[in-house]
Amino acid sequence: MSIIKAEGIYKTYNETHVPVNALNGVDLQIEQGEFTAIVGPSGSGKTTLLNIIGGLDLPSKGNIFIEQTNLKDLSSKQLIDFRLHHIGFVFQAYNLIPVLTAKENTEFIMVLQKRPKKEREEKVKELLEAVGIGDKANHRPGQLSGGQQQRVAVARALASQPKYIIADEPTANLDSKSTHELLDLMADMNKKYQTTFIFATHDQRVMDKARRIVTLDDGKITSDETFDR
Amino acid sequence: MLAAIAWRNLWRNKLRSSVIFASITIGIIGAVITDGFMAGMTDQRADAAIANEVSNIQIHNPEYLLNQEIKYTIPDAEGMVTKIRGLSEVKGVSLRLKINAMAASANAGAGINLYGVQPDAERKVSNLHNLLVSGVYLKNDQRFPAVIGQKLAKKLNIGVGDKLIVTLTDTTGTITSGAYNVVGIYKTANDIFDESHVFVKRSDLSKLVGFPDTTGDEIAILLTNNEQTQQVVDKLNKLFAPMVKQKAILIQSWEQIQPLIKSMIDMMDYFSYLFLLIILAALAFAIINTMLMSVMERTREFGMLMALGMNRRKIFTMILTETIFLSIIGALLGLGISILIVNYYATHGFDLSSVARGMNYLGYSAQIFFRVNSQFYIMSMVLVVIIAMLSGISPAMKALKLQPATAIRENN
Repeated sequence: MSIIKAEGIYKTYNETHVPVNALNGVDLQIEQGEFTAIVGPSGSGKTTLLNIIGGLDLPSKGNIFIEQTNLKDLSSKQLIDFRLHHIGFVFQAYNLIPVLTAKENTEFIMVLQKRPKKEREEKVKELLEAVGIGDKANHRPGQLSGGQQQRVAVARALASQPKYIIADEPTANLDSKSTHELLDLMADMNKKYQTTFIFATHDQRVMDKARRIVTLDDGKITSDETFDR
Repeated sequence: MLAAIAWRNLWRNKLRSSVIFASITIGIIGAVITDGFMAGMTDQRADAAIANEVSNIQIHNPEYLLNQEIKYTIPDAEGMVTKIRGLSEVKGVSLRLKINAMAASANAGAGINLYGVQPDAERKVSNLHNLLVSGVYLKNDQRFPAVIGQKLAKKLNIGVGDKLIVTLTDTTGTITSGAYNVVGIYKTANDIFDESHVFVKRSDLSKLVGFPDTTGDEIAILLTNNEQTQQVVDKLNKLFAPMVKQKAILIQSWEQIQPLIKSMIDMMDYFSYLFLLIILAALAFAIINTMLMSVMERTREFGMLMALGMNRRKIFTMILTETIFLSIIGALLGLGISILIVNYYATHGFDLSSVARGMNYLGYSAQIFFRVNSQFYIMSMVLVVIIAMLSGISPAMKALKLQPATAIRENN
């Protein structure tokens, strides 16, 4: 069964009273364990689609199912709770809470989930080791490089034990070496934890790693290819 | 963890937080010192009034209070004094013969309140014997001694050893005069009192007006603890219930005798809180401004937190907690420094000698010993935190209106 099922998604913004159609009937299914990139030129609707898949925004028309749950049926409070327990996020920048250490940032999501302290501590240790930041657990974001901060963000996303992780341009601010390291890390985590990753990107290096590439243009899917990598 | 984040957020912009700490600190210091000064001034006035002028409780014939005529004496005054002395709360009791009179020297004249007192008993209810600037206090073995205020001495241009002539109406309604020897000159902080109160031996005055020595028209009672005043008034009303019922006597506390002082104390309290609230209202705007800046600078961060699944209630709580921390630090600093300043001036006094004449004329001492009761400190702290919480609501509400999908892409 698909983990994500988008049916006839339309999204219209009414900015400055002139309707802008960001998505024009998108149908998409994503299976458990996928490593998918949503690509397309600027303004093609990839961020809008990612926001809708991530439960940050709701479609103007159409339905978005996460397993059995139609996100359109949830209240705003339920949606926040749903994101907390089922969706992980890695953003382009400003990913971490600046006043918390790497360890605390990773633990933070589990605190919100009200998981027991012992479990949190064990999980944080395991994840920070897994993303290669174990020795910098007590560093604050300001003391870490961009690549290291994104690794902490990946650890935090995994810590919530989500059904899938949304990553919006996660490599946009990284140099080439850090980009490769981060992508390798996410690919490893995808294999190790069977976590589904969905990227919005126009970074060729991300596309080269993705096993499925969904291309959007003018709010519609123009191609959907899978690769054996 | 929310509290930890809120606490650490305070120190992200140290300069901005420090400006708010300083504002709250200075505001609190201003309010506490003003209260300390005003409360010190009025309390001192009340203490002085009790110690030198009215004592804690006075008993009169109610007719005397209306007409001020000497015929309205207190029935069985000596018997009452003996009973009052037996009360454990009582430090001293003095039976006085108080008469309106004219005082004259060779140079000038003035209207006065002439008090006939029994020296040993009077020493126990009044502090005047400790406020002599020259000469000595009344003694039983002196012949027609009088103690007068410095202000009156200046007005009449007399000093210790000089004669003071008093003219009054005796029990028969005849105007009569007596000569007294000035043996001592006192000075209180109240010029009006000093100008109008003359003390002589009750035995001398009784003889002059034609009363037996046991007669009096005022019983002054000093208590060991001022707080017990009302309690003792109630006790005396019970003790002398038949006389009270017959309206032969009226028992009054110092607050009833000097209502102006009591209302001054209440008014100063009111002004202290009013002043504190004005300061806090100004601070509220500074806090709102700071927290708004802080929230607007962190739009993306709040967007990220909401995206991750931090609910609005927690975000609201976090911002409010930041505001409360901000105010508590400022308030503690302010209270700490205020306590030091108040304690210093409570011991050393705040010197207002440059305006001493005006202060004394109004009955206030020119050396103000600050007093702040613990209730004012606690209320300052509580009010600061309440004002800060109220000030934090608007910025917090602003953060709650953010949409995570757009907030996370804000350019700030």
